[in-house]
Amino acid sequence: MSAARPRLRIFAEGYVVGAGLPALGRLPVRDSAVATAARAGVGLLMVFIASVALAQVQAVTGKPSVVALLIKWTPLLATGFLFNLLISVFAMLVGTVAGVMLGFARISLAAPVRGASWIVVQFFRNAPWLVLLFFVMFLMPFELRVGGATIPFPDWIKATLGLALPIMANMAEIVRGAVQSIPTAQWEAARSLAFSRRQTLWKIILPQCVKRMLPPWMNWYAILTMATTLASIVGVSEVMTLTGRITNAEGRTDLLIPIYSYVLLWFFAYCYPIARWTKRLEARYAER
Amino acid sequence: MDDVAAWFLWLHRTTGVKLTIFYDAYDRTRFVEGLVTTVKLSAYCLVLSLALGAVAAWLVGSRVAVVRGAINGFIQLFRNTPPLVQLYFFYFAAGPVLPKIGGMPLLSSFGWAVVSLTLLETAFAAEIFRAGIEAVPKAMVEAAESLGYSRAQIYRKIVLPLAVRVTMPAMTNNLVNLVKTTTLAYAIAVPELVYMSAQVWSEQVNVPEMMVVLLISYVTIVGLINQFMQWLEARLRVPGFGQ
Repeated sequence: MSAARPRLRIFAEGYVVGAGLPALGRLPVRDSAVATAARAGVGLLMVFIASVALAQVQAVTGKPSVVALLIKWTPLLATGFLFNLLISVFAMLVGTVAGVMLGFARISLAAPVRGASWIVVQFFRNAPWLVLLFFVMFLMPFELRVGGATIPFPDWIKATLGLALPIMANMAEIVRGAVQSIPTAQWEAARSLAFSRRQTLWKIILPQCVKRMLPPWMNWYAILTMATTLASIVGVSEVMTLTGRITNAEGRTDLLIPIYSYVLLWFFAYCYPIARWTKRLEARYAER
Repeated sequence: MDDVAAWFLWLHRTTGVKLTIFYDAYDRTRFVEGLVTTVKLSAYCLVLSLALGAVAAWLVGSRVAVVRGAINGFIQLFRNTPPLVQLYFFYFAAGPVLPKIGGMPLLSSFGWAVVSLTLLETAFAAEIFRAGIEAVPKAMVEAAESLGYSRAQIYRKIVLPLAVRVTMPAMTNNLVNLVKTTTLAYAIAVPELVYMSAQVWSEQVNVPEMMVVLLISYVTIVGLINQFMQWLEARLRVPGFGQ
């Protein structure tokens, strides 16, 4: 194999990104991204179609077929899935904003701020997502009274905040890593041009960081999207909860494998392109 | 031990902080059992996924396109679908299909958690191994070839030892993720740490206390793993390679 070897790129946040598949356009066509996607998707599709077919063959006359059931429940599953995406977008938004601020604290000049933010980051990065979710669900009030007004916190908002916590901690590490990867000479040059620290950070350092932060940020978004299913454990009616309810309502054992692979397929169709895009961006930025 | 129990009992009487796991024998047993199950689950999945991951990393370099494609498909599939849905798929969908032996299911919920998490971790381990193998400089392999090493010898004595060192940080992260992912087994009633803690807090109504205990437990476990892996990494370090 004379193809270029990809460098091992490990981001601080926990997953190896871009370590596996070689950069696009470097390998023969048979290993192209599309082909891999097709294979993974086809594998899942095969499980899905085979289970549907098997269920169809074994179907008892007089009962609706599995295909008919899947079509019947697709709109409901779609609303559930959209709800997952809604949670993921909100959690990402909250997590990113909080994470950037925490990241600034990590590179603060004041040692106590640095130390305190380090503890926060370590804590939320190392605690399991599910436990954090439980923590927020059980210990946050369901409504907040500010003066006379009552601000309600429905379950899904609490779940969103719970999921935003680990994103926040990992974003902080991404920000810190990116800022520290910019050569010190840039800080010195900015200082000699009489930029203040804040100006240097916002106008010189951060614009260069965006490119470096984008791939890991997208990677975390994909992980977060997959983690939104955890909300079903704490009682939010998202796609997994609905799937469970549908299988209970229908009471059909032949529906189980088709419907679960159907849901898997939905997530795969959403997350795989993100992963692929992330790798492409990474490869493009790494070449420069 | 009695002193500790007495102190926590005193703490409960004076402040209302109810940490039953320290003075109630029944709750303590449950908590410890949960901890043991979590460790066991992690250990099984770790060993199995390392073995399977090494095989997958080897197969992915296969000359047969179908094998390569199948392994790549498997890796992408497990990496890009939610672990919880995978777990549900195995436990609720694939589970009932398996034949029963003497009226008992072939695999318990613990067994299914091992299967599901192992496959997930295998997908990650395979990617890490492959990256590690690819990170070994080609010149080194060529040098070994010119010294008359056979292919198997090169893999065993040159590539693998270096690859293991390169992949160490990624493996640490993977192990940490594995331990964190075992909490999902709660959803299919595997009596692991979260499940047992939930039993305790639903009976004793001490949710905040148990939550803090849970969080501290996991952060401690992960901290210990990180410390151990850092020590191991330092022990195995080869001067001049892989900084």
